Amino acid sequence: MNPPVLAECRELSYRYGATTALDAVDLTLRRGQVTALLGPNGAGKSTLIHLLLGLKPVQSGTIRLFGEHAPDARACRVRIGTMLQASGVQDNLTVRELLALFASFYPEHADFDELIDEARLDDVQHRRFGRLSGGQKQRALFALAAVGQPEWLILDEPTTGLDPAARRRLWRAIQARRDAGTSILLCTHYMDEAQRLADQVVVLDRGRVLHEGTPDEIRRKVPQARIRVRTSLTGSELEALPRVQQVERLDSGWSLLSSNEVETVRALLAADQDLADLEIAAADLETAFLALTERRDTGTESTETQWEAA
Amino acid sequence: MNTAAISRNPSLQLIQAQWLNLVRTPSYTIPTLLFPLMFYSFFGLLMIRVQALWLLCTFATFGVMGAALFSFGVGIATERAQGWMMLLRASPAPVGAIVAGKAFGAMLFALIIVVVMAVLGATFGDVRLATSQWLLLTGVLVAGALPFCLMGLALGLWIKPNAAPAVLNLIYLPLGFLSGLWIPAMQFPPLLQAIAEWLPPYHLAALALDVTGAKTADWSAAMLNLGAFTLIFGVMTALGWKRLDGTRG
Repeated sequence: MNPPVLAECRELSYRYGATTALDAVDLTLRRGQVTALLGPNGAGKSTLIHLLLGLKPVQSGTIRLFGEHAPDARACRVRIGTMLQASGVQDNLTVRELLALFASFYPEHADFDELIDEARLDDVQHRRFGRLSGGQKQRALFALAAVGQPEWLILDEPTTGLDPAARRRLWRAIQARRDAGTSILLCTHYMDEAQRLADQVVVLDRGRVLHEGTPDEIRRKVPQARIRVRTSLTGSELEALPRVQQVERLDSGWSLLSSNEVETVRALLAADQDLADLEIAAADLETAFLALTERRDTGTESTETQWEAA
Repeated sequence: MNTAAISRNPSLQLIQAQWLNLVRTPSYTIPTLLFPLMFYSFFGLLMIRVQALWLLCTFATFGVMGAALFSFGVGIATERAQGWMMLLRASPAPVGAIVAGKAFGAMLFALIIVVVMAVLGATFGDVRLATSQWLLLTGVLVAGALPFCLMGLALGLWIKPNAAPAVLNLIYLPLGFLSGLWIPAMQFPPLLQAIAEWLPPYHLAALALDVTGAKTADWSAAMLNLGAFTLIFGVMTALGWKRLDGTRG
């Protein structure tokens, strides 16, 4: 019942000198699905994309694309549209000229007017790329990725730096592509983006796959609530409470992350009759996710992996 | 817009992109073109007017070399920094087409520099040549841009993007001087003269001097030198391109 396999990585590792960017990654991407590669900066997402595109040589492990072992990067790229992180284009070309340029790289291309309309770039189609706003640039880059009518879209952090309205517009464009049958690999560090768009979520942290599953499966592993409280209980007593995933000392009182606030609070009330200033809030997903990746940590401080605020 | 009229050839598209880029950045294009012309006007037309033909050949070589080195060296380095190079490499654009676009820009610059300098020389320096000699001079120098295109490309791929302009100047100006483009190499002390005979700009200038009848050249030595450097820089380019695959640049 699973759709056919589009791409497969087995035991894929990559090092930059002494730094391990990818550590024995196993990954299966399926046709017609949106797969979100979710992880903080430095998790290895971009390295993985570069390996899939053949922009870096495979050091160890295997990549299979479109059913081919040892795929020829150039032959594959004709079937792939790419939106890279922080990619600039020649500022002096207009949106329309860029579309014509990228269209020439592919055997077939989409109708420019339709693309421009979809990306809502009608007003600025004859404007030079360098004079577009941030949101317009991202939408133009998306249109460039899509112009060759690729079977597979690889989008690296497509909505970074966009305001909420612009993000939603790009989400709709991505959904429309998926509905039309395009396979999509979406790299993001936004949990909500992954939940909203993905059929499959792969959580990557420091080069390793931490979780793989549907957005709902992932969500269930993520703490759901943040509890603030003043209590006479000690940190280790709080950690022992049911469903508590993280305990943090605040200036006044404690902050707990819980995967089930009802159970945690029930136990908390039973353990400390005198607690005060109890406050329960839905954990914001980024914070919750950070807790999850830290919890799986093998002792090292993870200050180097930073999640950008949504 | 009529989509049927839009070229589907990636090389032509990249050449057009390069053309539009140059036309739309006059703040880069005009000084780059004016620099060698100004040099020639000062030295060849104002100071040593009797040597207007000799200096036309050597300063045109200097200009062609600069156009090729900078449009490739600084151009590629800038585009690496911008992320444009990465996006092109991730696309199905053939590497040959990417280089063709850049080579077109450098050759166009070379052509404009040679033609305008020739017009200046003929008008203000009393340089008189047969039509065939004018054409040969132009042809030799535009074709002779090739090894310097590859040299610029290789350097652009190897040097850190923000260091490229400084490093290229550090190579360009001494290379021009040591190759006898400003002062003829035969007026150099013997050691410098021996060095000059190893440098590709010296040989390109020698060919230009030969076709205009200013001084006969040893064509086989010149072609061997230029060919060898084309090969060396070609290999460096290929290695530099491969090296990009292993770095975050």
